[in-house]
Formats: sequence, structure tokens, C-alpha cells
Amino acid sequence: MLKVTISDLNLYYEEFHALKNISLDIEDKEVTALIGPSGCGKSTFLRTINRMNDLIDDVKIEGLVMLEDQDIYNKDVDVAALRRRVGMVFQKPNPFLKSIYENVAYGPRRYGIKAKNQLDEIVERSLKKAAIWEEVEDRLNKPALSLSGGQQQRLCIARALAMEPEVLLMDEPTASLDPIATGRIEELISQLKKDYAIIIVTHSMQQAARISDKTAFFLMGEIVETGKTKEVFTTPKDKRTEDYITGRFG
Amino acid sequence: MGDTEKAIYSKTTISHRKDLKRSNRLGEFLIEKTIFLIGTTAIIILGLIFYYLVSTGLNVFATVSVSEFFASIGWFPVSSNPKYGTVPLVVGSLMVTMGAILISVPIGIGSAIYISEVAPQKVRTVLKVIIEFLSAVPSVVLGFLGIVVLSNWVRITFSIPTGFTAFTGAILVSLMALPTIISISDDAIAAVPKDYRDASLALGATKWETIRYVLVPAASPGIIAAVMLGVGRAIGETMAVLMVTGNAAQIPDTMFTSVRTMTATIAAEMGDTVRNDTHYFALFAIGSMLLFMTTVINTIADYVVTRGKKGGR
Repeated sequence: MLKVTISDLNLYYEEFHALKNISLDIEDKEVTALIGPSGCGKSTFLRTINRMNDLIDDVKIEGLVMLEDQDIYNKDVDVAALRRRVGMVFQKPNPFLKSIYENVAYGPRRYGIKAKNQLDEIVERSLKKAAIWEEVEDRLNKPALSLSGGQQQRLCIARALAMEPEVLLMDEPTASLDPIATGRIEELISQLKKDYAIIIVTHSMQQAARISDKTAFFLMGEIVETGKTKEVFTTPKDKRTEDYITGRFG
Repeated sequence: MGDTEKAIYSKTTISHRKDLKRSNRLGEFLIEKTIFLIGTTAIIILGLIFYYLVSTGLNVFATVSVSEFFASIGWFPVSSNPKYGTVPLVVGSLMVTMGAILISVPIGIGSAIYISEVAPQKVRTVLKVIIEFLSAVPSVVLGFLGIVVLSNWVRITFSIPTGFTAFTGAILVSLMALPTIISISDDAIAAVPKDYRDASLALGATKWETIRYVLVPAASPGIIAAVMLGVGRAIGETMAVLMVTGNAAQIPDTMFTSVRTMTATIAAEMGDTVRNDTHYFALFAIGSMLLFMTTVINTIADYVVTRGKKGGR
């Protein structure tokens, strides 16, 4: 089933044409990896799907981004409601200066859930889904910053999952983590794709190959090639894709 | 790659001394000592001020009892039977300061939030300049406006016999504390990492919810420090309050009566004292109290700021 459909997307920062004619289909219950050299527009593209680019002045967006059957750039779209359905995990773990519990409960509280037992239930379920419950269940009221980097990132994933999104955007979620923590997050992503459409930006070719079903290769604001990960990595159609994944530039 | 290669093959070379022995560097030594002297001068001068103020002030207790000075409610230094009770002055100072805080803290924090989070770039720049300008207005000019404009407004609006009240002083002093509160709170809010903002918004929180539940709590050490520094400014302010508070050394029952602050007392009476008489010493003692109060406030503010920087709570 198609979850997100992007067609002919163009994005400009003032005069700079950052995304050029991007079209991409995101399947539900699959991991789509976005690869490409730094500054090629992967993160910018990711941020168009939950409209985080709205926060930057002088950005102009043309084209169509559909979440199922809705145009998310339509004038009467409630951005907050959109972002509840499209969750995001950032490159650097960014828990709030609050307790572990309050970090996860933050989204549901803003949504209007006040009952303690409901919040307890959501917090526990989300932490379990993010595979961090066992490590924190006896210290939910400790500051989130007392956790290790890898734990903080899983907490941030739990925080995003607490809103029960349909799509999960991950912007290089393992870039600041050590190999063991990275392994755990990758394992988690493979678990999560049973329930979510996941789009992940990554600089690691191996990571894309390990965890993704589809891969899109970005270069200078364009998608050069997209397809099943296996095919993109073994039989790339475009010479530039081949050069990039064999490490000849980037 | 290109740059590194250039660096490796560049022709300029550095020749190293082989013995690695320390050489006598007279210049370095002199500069170090000079900087040390300059640095300590400020501390020494501060210490001397403190010492002179306190030691002179303590002389008052040769003729006035400690309990009269700190606990009695009559301040009549020039009467034939002089009384030196500082309670009305302390209460006057506290009332003006409290009033100023009640006015300036909500407005100050609100402005800081507006400037750092809501205002468009151009408005932000203009507002920052205006706030700088407000802090540059000499307090005597504000006091003048207070006499001519503000006191009339207070008298008419609240239909009271005189416009020279604690409330009038509080408004003026709040104007003086505002720039400090706004600019330091603004810095504190702007210093909250963008990551927190993004995380909150990405969870579907609105801009206001993000400000209320994430940014302000994260910036709270800085905001508290801003308020404390504003308070320090308010307590120490002299000229404007001297001009508009009416200067009646009485225990006020409302904000709408005349009061006399500690600072105004010193400024108004110092010229009339005889050197080394009781009145003269009493004013020094009041000065010591003021210095003590502002030092405590600044120390707390400083402590809160450093604690905030360490990220502990």
C-alpha cells in the first residue's frame, strides 16, 4: 500500500534550487533509505514530509506531497495534526531536559491526554516498542540526560512512537552513536517496519543495504536512481550511482 | 584532498630548536605581572570600598542602639530628639522594588519571548535597538518625565491627593529594570538548542506549547538570573525614585502613598550632614545595607546562571 506519494517536488531556499523535480513513492511497512553525499538535499527532502521546512524563512515549495489521499501542503491542513501522523527522529539524540517519563508523555500531553493511567500505559507501551523499557523501567523519573547516547536515541524513538504515527522519518539516527548502539537501533528499525512506513536518511552504505527495502540515491538535489535496495546496490542503472556506492566519490 | 597536498608540499618550513631548553623570556614575564596587577587592582579597590563603607557605618552604633537602627520605625535625623530607625526606609525600598518587579517581570519575559521566538527578523532587530536605547536613557531624564507626566497620571487615574507615590516610583524603576530583564532573558531563550524546538514541533506541539513547555523551562536559569539582575538594578536605583516617590519617611499602608527609599535618603541627606556625626555614620550604615543586599542578589543570580550552564537541576 502506498503511504506517501511525492510528485514533482521542487524546493527553493531564496534563489537556491535545493530539490529538483523529486518524485518518490513510499510504501507502508517498508524501510526506504535515502543515500547520497552531504548537502545533496536528503534531509531537506525528509523535512518536507512533516513540513518542518515551514519553520525556515524564505523557503518556497512546489509540487505535491500526499499522505495517503491528502495533500499535506493544502491550505487547510493542520500542521500539528500532520506531524502527529508523521513522526520524526533526529540526527543527534535530543531528549528534553525532563525526566524519561515526561519525555515520552510530552506528545500525548500536548494532544490532550491527562489521565495518569492512560499516560502510564502509553509511556510503557512506547518504551517497549523502542526496546528500552527493561533498561529504564525502574528509573522513569530520572533525567533523560542521565542515559547514554544510544539509550537517549531509543528514548527519542519512543517519544515519537508515543503519538502512534503512521510514518517515521529518521534523519541519520545513528550518526552520533557507536557501533553497538547503532546495531541496536538498526535491529529496532527492522522490528518497527512491521507497523510503520519508515524513511531513513543515512550516510552509511552498509546501513542502507542492511535495513532498507527501497533506496533512493540523491545527488545535487535530484533523485538519480531509485528502486529495490538489492537492485540499486548490485546492478545500479546509472553510472553515478555505481560510482557513489563503490566509493569513488562522496 | 587538494588543500592537504598543497600544505604538505608547500615550500615554507619551520626549523625546530634541537635542545628544547627553556629560554628566559623577559617580555612574557613583564606582561604576565602587569596583567596580574591590573586584574587585582579592581578587586583591591572593591575591597577598600567595602571596608570604608562598613567601618564608617559601624560608628553609628556608638550613639544609636542596634535595635533602634534596625527595628524602630522613626527616621528623624534632624529633629532635636533625633531618631534613626531605618525600617520605613527599608520598607520603602522593598515596596518600590517589589512593585517594579511585579510590573517588569511579566512584561520583560513576555517581550523576551516575543523577540526571540515570535517576531520576524526585521521587527526583532528594531526592538533590540529600542531596548538598548531604553537602557541608555539617564535616570534623571526618566525621573523628570515621572514628575511632569507620570505623577499627574497616577494622581488623576487613582484620584489620590498626590501623584508622588511608591507606585509611581515602581513604574519608573520597572522601566529601568526592563532592558536588563529583556535582553538577558532573550539571550537565555535564544541559547536553547534548536534541537528542542524541532523535537517539540515534530511531535505536533504548537508554537505556543513549545514556548510554554520546552523553551521557557529550559531557559529558566537564565530568566531567573535576568530577574535577579533587574531586581539589583531596581534596589540600587536612586535618582528617579528620589524625584517621584514623595520622600516621606513613613511606613506606607498602600502602594499609593509617599515613601522614601534607602537610596533616596542617602542622596537627599548626605549634603546636609556634618562629617563624622551620627547622621553621617547612619547614612554610611544604610549604604552598607544596600551594598549587602545587592551583593546577595547578584551572588544568587550568578550561582543560578553557572548552575544553568552546567545543565544540572
